[in-house]
Amino acid sequence: MDVSPQVRIAAGPAPQAKSGSEKIRGAEILIRGMIANGVDTIFGLPGGAVLHIYDELWRYREETTHYLVRHEQGAVHAAEGYARATGKVGVALVTSGPGATNAVTGIATAYMDSIPLVVITGQVPTAMIGTDAFQEVDTFGITIPIVKHSYLVRNVEELGSIVNEAFYLAQDGKPGPVVIDIPKDVTAQLANYQDDRGVTFDTRIDHKAPTREVVETTVEKLLAAQRPVFYVGGGVVSANAANELLAVVEKLNAPVTPTLMGLGAFPSAHPQCLGMLGMHGTYSANLAVAESDLLIAIGVRFDDRVTGKLNTFAPVAEVIHIDVDASNIGKLRKPQIPVVADAKQALAAIYAKLSQTTIDAEKLGAWWSKIRRWQTEVPLACEYSDTEIKPQQVIETLYEVTDGNAVIVTDVGQHQMWAAQFYPFKRSRQWLTSGGLGTMGFGLPAAMGAQIALPDETVVAVVGDGGFQMTNQEIITAIQYNVPLKVLIMNNGYLGMVRQWQEMFYDRAYSEVDLSVSPDFVKLAEAYGAIGLRASHPSELKEVLHEGLEFDGVAIMDIVVTKEENVFPIVPAGGESRNMILK
Amino acid sequence: MRHTISITVANEAGELSRIVGLFSARGYNIETISVGKTLDQKWSKATIVTCGDEATIEQIVKQCARLARVKEVKAVTTLPHIEREMALIDVSVKAGDERQEVMSLVNIFRAKVVDISHEKMILELSGTQEKVDTFIEMLSPMAVNEVTRSGCVAINRLSPLEDSVKGLQYAA
Ligand SMILES: Cc1ncc(C[n+]2csc(CCOP(=O)(O)OP(=O)(O)O)c2C)c(N)n1
Ligand SMILES: [Mg+2]
Repeated sequence: MDVSPQVRIAAGPAPQAKSGSEKIRGAEILIRGMIANGVDTIFGLPGGAVLHIYDELWRYREETTHYLVRHEQGAVHAAEGYARATGKVGVALVTSGPGATNAVTGIATAYMDSIPLVVITGQVPTAMIGTDAFQEVDTFGITIPIVKHSYLVRNVEELGSIVNEAFYLAQDGKPGPVVIDIPKDVTAQLANYQDDRGVTFDTRIDHKAPTREVVETTVEKLLAAQRPVFYVGGGVVSANAANELLAVVEKLNAPVTPTLMGLGAFPSAHPQCLGMLGMHGTYSANLAVAESDLLIAIGVRFDDRVTGKLNTFAPVAEVIHIDVDASNIGKLRKPQIPVVADAKQALAAIYAKLSQTTIDAEKLGAWWSKIRRWQTEVPLACEYSDTEIKPQQVIETLYEVTDGNAVIVTDVGQHQMWAAQFYPFKRSRQWLTSGGLGTMGFGLPAAMGAQIALPDETVVAVVGDGGFQMTNQEIITAIQYNVPLKVLIMNNGYLGMVRQWQEMFYDRAYSEVDLSVSPDFVKLAEAYGAIGLRASHPSELKEVLHEGLEFDGVAIMDIVVTKEENVFPIVPAGGESRNMILK
Repeated sequence: MRHTISITVANEAGELSRIVGLFSARGYNIETISVGKTLDQKWSKATIVTCGDEATIEQIVKQCARLARVKEVKAVTTLPHIEREMALIDVSVKAGDERQEVMSLVNIFRAKVVDISHEKMILELSGTQEKVDTFIEMLSPMAVNEVTRSGCVAINRLSPLEDSVKGLQYAA
């Protein structure tokens, strides 16, 4: 990689207001720096250490909207939802100590899924750092393992360039969360504000284009493969490479299987899409990978939820691994062809090369007939009942009612897997989920953030009765700001995913998973000023979804489903992914 | 396999903890670590001795290179190199035969006496880690009171092949 003396900063709107000669407070430098970087939405909650910042926010309230959450975890998840839905940097602002520790879960969630965030945390005044001052916590230290980069600002003169660099780093290469920890005194000190985007510290510029040689060998392998499979993940989404992917795989007539994070990067209903792979992947996707002779892994990281037992994953395949993060390549599986490159550029280069070639349309005929056989042998399906609503049916009905166009944001658990399996996605960023950290409580605030980012889209939070109760306080935030949040609670009366494992692997010892004592979600919704709707019988389902989704405001839909339904297929943790339990 | 990794990182507060944190978070072992400024005072160089198979060392190099403030990472030991460690050793020695015995060891190892009293001496030695180990071992019949070791520093040899042999390294 090159050593470059400067960070490249993408041009954003120029800051309005005063020129560089006038000294302003650190707090104002921060706000103006954020506005200059295109920030129009901030999620946060104030406290002592950030009072100056909130004072400036008040003055700049015409230029950027602050959403007052009710818990800082909600702020970070909302910022994540905003970022995941748009690809823009999400911003959260919290106070020192407990504000920062409450934000930690969200930061870790964003880190694991490579989501661009800037999280501003207040800190006690510089002179008090290290004295166990009131609401002091070592935010820099606590967040080191879960950030892409972080700053403890010690000098107001640095603040402007730190803000610029933070926004650059959050998006550059493999995106991730960046924390700026700002002592209170720094926000009060005066300095000149200059929009110096483009002039900051020495740092790396990621090499983003693949070399010609590697593209050539890749194409040779692609043309020679008898049983290729494209295994595509969140990296394709964050690189905006869906079109390039489509072009390449259509040209090759090759099968594609997205990971949980890659859903939407390739249209689920496309005839070449095998559905998701991995622990709750489809029969055909897992078998295709198991028998493949060439695995083209793009923007993925061979996560254990995908591979199962690593050394039996794609055991006969050669691997081409395309990733912008060199450390991802070879971390778990050593590829024959490592391609350190941006997915969009790599796929475009591969396509350019491929388009000069004529491809025998029949070449993969035998491979496809095998795959089609697996698909008919074990399709994703569920039997409806006359008396109970089936969770899979909820997702299928949701698909129908939204014409398959809604942005689906989930929490973590069984409902998440059913949504992944039964809602065919059409486009990137239509599916927002906490894949890496698996954070319960993510869904509702993230959906609020996404709905704020996409006011004209239907955004639906699909959550479990467990996860809903972890962050439902943000309903009131949605009410306060007229965000027409839609929440579908898949109410099975259990911490369902844990119950499923206890049923299958622990002799049905249902240890601490019973949620039958829960609040009345309809009344709860009403207490918040939202509408609450309930469906407990199959005949009520469609009507409730219609009514809830069409309501111009916050709607909480409590869908009471079969209590002990299981997610299938399932590859037991650490098992061979071809050995799926099918029912 | 033991390897020495050399990391050029911004000379800024907190950057070293990020590297050390990365080692512990990912379960890599740190045998020794030493840090100092480089020619350009904006950058420090940390030298870390670690162990792991080839794949682990490759991961360490790549993971460190990923940090925003890291400029260059080299697995120094994947190429011909020179490695040194320094030790300061406090030994109790009485005047007479015992002192003569220590002095002969000092001569054999080309160590130095940097302080002396009626009862004690402080010795300074630099050399490969192995040499330092051996010296301390040879002193063990005496009463060694305290040893302070610097940890290793290393640099690649000047090589006529310099341009063609790259070893395992990442420049950021
Ligand atoms: C914060 C957090 N705590 C615990 C877990 C472990 N966990 C994973 S799924 C699950 C059950 C979720 O229950 P619910 O929200 O009702 O969803 P369901 O599985 O029933 O659809 C639990 C406890 C987690 N992922 N996140
Ligand atoms: Mg549940």
